[in-house]
Amino acid sequence: MVDAFFSSGGGRDLSLKDKFLEFNWGFLLLLFAISSMGFAMLYSVADGSFDPWASRQMVRFAIGIVILFVAAFVDIRLWMNLAYPAYAGALVLLVAVEFIGFAGMGAQRWINLGIVQLQPSELMKITLILALARYFHGLTHEEVSRLRNLFVPAVLLGAPVALVLKQPDLGTAVLLGAVGVALLFLAGLAWRYFIIAGVGALAALPIAWNMLHDYQKRRVFTFLDPESDPLGAGYHILQSKIALGSGGLFGKGFMEGTQAHLNFLPEKHTDFIFTMLAEELGLAGGIALLGLYMMVLFFGISVSLQTRNQFGRLIAMGVTINFFLYICINVAMVMGLLPVVGVPLPLVSYGGTAMLTLMFGFGLLMSVYIHRNMEITRNPSAFW
Amino acid sequence: MLMDGKDNVRYKTFSRRAALIGGLQFAAFTALASRMYYLQIIKSGEYTMLAEENRINKRLLAPLRGEIVDRFGEVLVSNRQNFRVMLVPEQTPHIEATLEKLSRIVPLPDRQRARIIKDARTSPSFLPILVAENLDWETFAEVNIHEPDLPGIVPDVGDTRHYPYGPDLAHVVGYVAAVSEKDLEGKDDPLLKLPGFRIGKSGIERELDQELRGRAGASHVEVNAYGRVIRELAKDPGVPGAQVSLTLDMEVQKLATERLRGESASVVVMDIYNGDVISIVSAPGFDPNDFNVGISQKKWDALLNDPYNPLLNKSIAGQYPPGSTFKPVVALAAYESGMIDPNQKVFCTGKYSLGSHDFHCWKKHGHGAMNMHDAIMHSCDVYFYEVAKRIGIDRIEAMARRFGLGDTLGFEVPGEKKGFVPSQGWKRATRGEPWHQGETLIAGIGQGFLLTTPLQLAVMTARLANGGKAVTPRIVRKVGNELAQNGPLPDLGFSQSGLALMRKAMDSVSNVPGGTAYRSRITEAGMELAGKTGTAQVRRISRAERESGVLKNEDLEWRQRDHALFIAFAPVDAPRYAISVVVEHGSSGSGTAAPIARDVMKKVLERHPQREIAMRRSNEWREG
Repeated sequence: MVDAFFSSGGGRDLSLKDKFLEFNWGFLLLLFAISSMGFAMLYSVADGSFDPWASRQMVRFAIGIVILFVAAFVDIRLWMNLAYPAYAGALVLLVAVEFIGFAGMGAQRWINLGIVQLQPSELMKITLILALARYFHGLTHEEVSRLRNLFVPAVLLGAPVALVLKQPDLGTAVLLGAVGVALLFLAGLAWRYFIIAGVGALAALPIAWNMLHDYQKRRVFTFLDPESDPLGAGYHILQSKIALGSGGLFGKGFMEGTQAHLNFLPEKHTDFIFTMLAEELGLAGGIALLGLYMMVLFFGISVSLQTRNQFGRLIAMGVTINFFLYICINVAMVMGLLPVVGVPLPLVSYGGTAMLTLMFGFGLLMSVYIHRNMEITRNPSAFW
Repeated sequence: MLMDGKDNVRYKTFSRRAALIGGLQFAAFTALASRMYYLQIIKSGEYTMLAEENRINKRLLAPLRGEIVDRFGEVLVSNRQNFRVMLVPEQTPHIEATLEKLSRIVPLPDRQRARIIKDARTSPSFLPILVAENLDWETFAEVNIHEPDLPGIVPDVGDTRHYPYGPDLAHVVGYVAAVSEKDLEGKDDPLLKLPGFRIGKSGIERELDQELRGRAGASHVEVNAYGRVIRELAKDPGVPGAQVSLTLDMEVQKLATERLRGESASVVVMDIYNGDVISIVSAPGFDPNDFNVGISQKKWDALLNDPYNPLLNKSIAGQYPPGSTFKPVVALAAYESGMIDPNQKVFCTGKYSLGSHDFHCWKKHGHGAMNMHDAIMHSCDVYFYEVAKRIGIDRIEAMARRFGLGDTLGFEVPGEKKGFVPSQGWKRATRGEPWHQGETLIAGIGQGFLLTTPLQLAVMTARLANGGKAVTPRIVRKVGNELAQNGPLPDLGFSQSGLALMRKAMDSVSNVPGGTAYRSRITEAGMELAGKTGTAQVRRISRAERESGVLKNEDLEWRQRDHALFIAFAPVDAPRYAISVVVEHGSSGSGTAAPIARDVMKKVLERHPQREIAMRRSNEWREG
C-alpha cells in the first residue's frame, strides 16, 4: 500500500539504522557550537551565573535536540502528508491568539497551551514552508507560472502574514513574507511576476506607511537618523554601536563588557546579544559566530542541491532562508543598518519558542538530508 | 537517474535560483562583516571614548579649606565637623513616615519636610538628600542610636567653617557663604557648583579665597546607565587650602575688642617699620558663623538697622574728619614751607576773626601766646587757623597725601575707603565754586571736607614716627610656606628736624603736665607713648547757640556728639608701634579715645618681646 504511493525505486523505506548512519553528526556539532556561544553570553549577561538565562536556554536546547532527532527520523513522505494539516493547525492558533492570546512586550503574540506558552507565529514560519513546499511539489515547471495556480500559494502566504501584521509584529510578518516569496522564486515562478510585484510594492509603499503603527514609524525615523534623538528612541541603536565599536578587534574580555554590564545596552539577553558578544569578544568573536552561521547556510543549500525531490529541496532552502533572514535582520539591526525590529539572533538569543522552532526546522532539514535520494511523485494519490 | 524529465527542468531552475540566493546570502554576510570592521576597527577609538564617557563619572572632592592663624599660630578660623543627616530615598519604604519618626529627634519644620520630599521625587533615588545639618553632638548621637529604626536615614559628618572668635574678628577674617549666581559668572572652577560649597565673601576669606580654597580632588567612579556608582576606579585627594598666617597678635586683638565693647569704634595698631598690623578692631562686630550656615531674616534686619552699624568695617571703611590729630601734618607742612618760624608765637584769645566771621578755639578764653610745639601740645586751634591761612590749602593737601591720606593703602582686607583731602582745584572742578579762605582755616584743624579712615590715621602716625618712610599696612604674614616680603621703604623726604619737632610735641601731649592727653599717659619706664588727641565735630554750632552757651556733649543725643580720636606712637624714645583710636560720638579725644589707646598700646609693648622672638624664629627657619 505504501509502495503504491511512490513512483519508483528511490522510495524504499529507510530503517532506523540507515537513518542513524545517514544522520549528519557534524551539523549537530555545528548547532551545538553556535548555541554554546549563546550559553556563554547568557552566562555573562547574568554577571557570571547560569541562572536565570543560560541554564534554561541549555534545557531548551536539549529539548530542541530531541525535537530535531524526532523530526529528522520521521519519513519525509509523512512530513509531506502532514504539511497541510500542520499549516491549518498553526493558522487556527494564529487566529486564536487574536482572541485568547495575551500580550507580551506590546503585541498580541502569545498563547497559553497549559504547560507551554507559545507564539503561533513562530510555528507558522515552519508550517508555511511545509505547506508551500507541498504545494509546489505537485506542480510542473510549466504549471508553476500559470496564473490560476497562484491563487493557492497567495492565500497560504497572505493569510498568516495578515494575521501576524495585525498582532502587530512587523518583524515576523516581513520574515514570513520574505520566506514565502523566496520559495515562490525557487519553485520556478516566472520573473515577470516578481517584476510586477516589485513595481506594485513600490507603488503601495505610501499606503503601507500609513498603516504602520506610530512606534514602528518612529523606529524607521530613528533608524534613518539615530543621533537626532540620542536619549530617546535612538538611544538603543547608539548604545549598541558604542558597545560594538568599543569592543575593537579582540573585545573587552568575557564578562568585561562595560556597555552591557552597566546596562547601557538594552535587551542584551535577547535582541542585542550579538552586540554584547562583539563587545566582549570583539570583531574576532563576531566574525567567528558569523562564520559558524555561514557553515549552517552552506550545509542547507548543499542539502537542497543534493535532494532528489522538490518537496525536500524547497524545505531545505526554506529553512535555510528563514535562518539566514533571522541572522541578517538581527545583526544588521544591532549595527544600525536596519530599524529596530524584534528579531532574535537564532540559537543565541534567549527565547524558548524561537529555539524550539529553529531546532524543529533543522530537524526537517535533516530529514530532507537523510531522505535526499528518495524520489516522490508529483501527485501522491493517497494519504496514509 | 530515475528522475522524470519534468523534474529535471524544475531542478535546473531550482539549482540556478538557489545558487543565486546563496550568492546573495554570502554578499549579505560580507556586508555585515564589513560593517563590523568599520565599527570595531576603523571607528573603534571614537566609540571606545564614548563607552568610557558613558561609564566613568568624575566626582569632585571638596578640599579642606585652609586655616587662618595669628602670628603665633593661634587658630582664628578653622574647620569644624558638621554633623548632618542625609536621606537615601530608595532605602526607605515610606519617606513621610521616616521623616515623621526622625522629627521626634531632629525638629523638621513643614517647609523643610516639603523640600526634602520634593528633592526625593526629582533626584535619582540612590542619591543622598540633605535633611538637616549643623546638629549638636547630642542630637547627632541620638540619630545614630535610632538609625536602625530610621530606614534610609544616614548620619554623616562633613566639614564646615568655624569662627571661634565670632564677632571679635569678623571684619578682618570675613566669612564664607554659599555660592550665589553672581559668584558663578565668569568662573569655571567646578567646585563652585558642588552642593554645599562655600566661598569667601568678605575679609581675608574673600581676598585669599583661591589660596584658602586649595585644589579640588576627584574621585573617578564607574557608574551604570542609571548613574548608580558601581565602584571607585581612581582617587585624587586634591590639595587642601593653604594655611594663612596673619600679622595679628590675638592677645592684643582681644584686649582692644574688650576695650571697645559697647562703643561704635575702631582701633588700629601697626608696626611702623614693616607695616604689620598687630591689631585691627571695628566694633561692634557680627558673628560670621551666622553667614556660613545662612543668616535668618530677623538677624539680618537687626544687623542692618543697628545704629552702631556692625556690618561696616570702620577701621578701613569708616571715614571721619581727623580733627586735631591732623595738626602735626599741618605743622610739618608749615615747617617745611619755610614760611613759619616754629618759635614764632601766635596769640590765642579764644577766637580768630576772618572778615566778618569768627573762628573759635576749643578753649573758650584762649591759650595765650603759642609756638608750634605748644600749639600741638595744647591743641590750640587759633594757632593752626593762622598757620593754615598763611601756608594755604594746597600745601596742606600735598603734605596730607604724603602721609597716605586721601587714597587707599593697598591693605589686604577688601573694602578700603579713600577718605578725602580737599584742594582748590578739586572744589573748582567739582562744585564750580572758588575755594574760601575760611575753608583753609577749618582744614587746619582737621575739619571741613577732610575725611580719613582709622587705618589712614595709623599709617600717618607711623610715617611720622619712623622718620618719614612710606610704610603701608599689611596683615597677611604667611600664605602656606610663603612669607610675605617687605622691600626697603621709599623715603618720603620729610624734614627730619621737622619730624623731630612733631615727635617732641606729641611727647609733650602725653607726658608733660598740661598736655591734652597727660591723664592717659603710660607711666611704665620705656613704654611711654607720644600721642595727639582729636575731637571731630559732627554738628554745626550756630552763633546763637554759642552765645547762649554751647551744650556739653554729654547733654546731646548720641548721634550729635563729637567723634573722639587719638593717635599715638610708642615707645617714645625708640618708636616701634603706631596706634589710632576712633570712637564714634565718643565726645572727647582725650577723655574717651586716649585711655583706650593707652591700654592697648601698653599691651602691645608688653607682648613685644614675644613677637620679636617669634619673628626671629620664623626668619631663621626661612633661611635654614
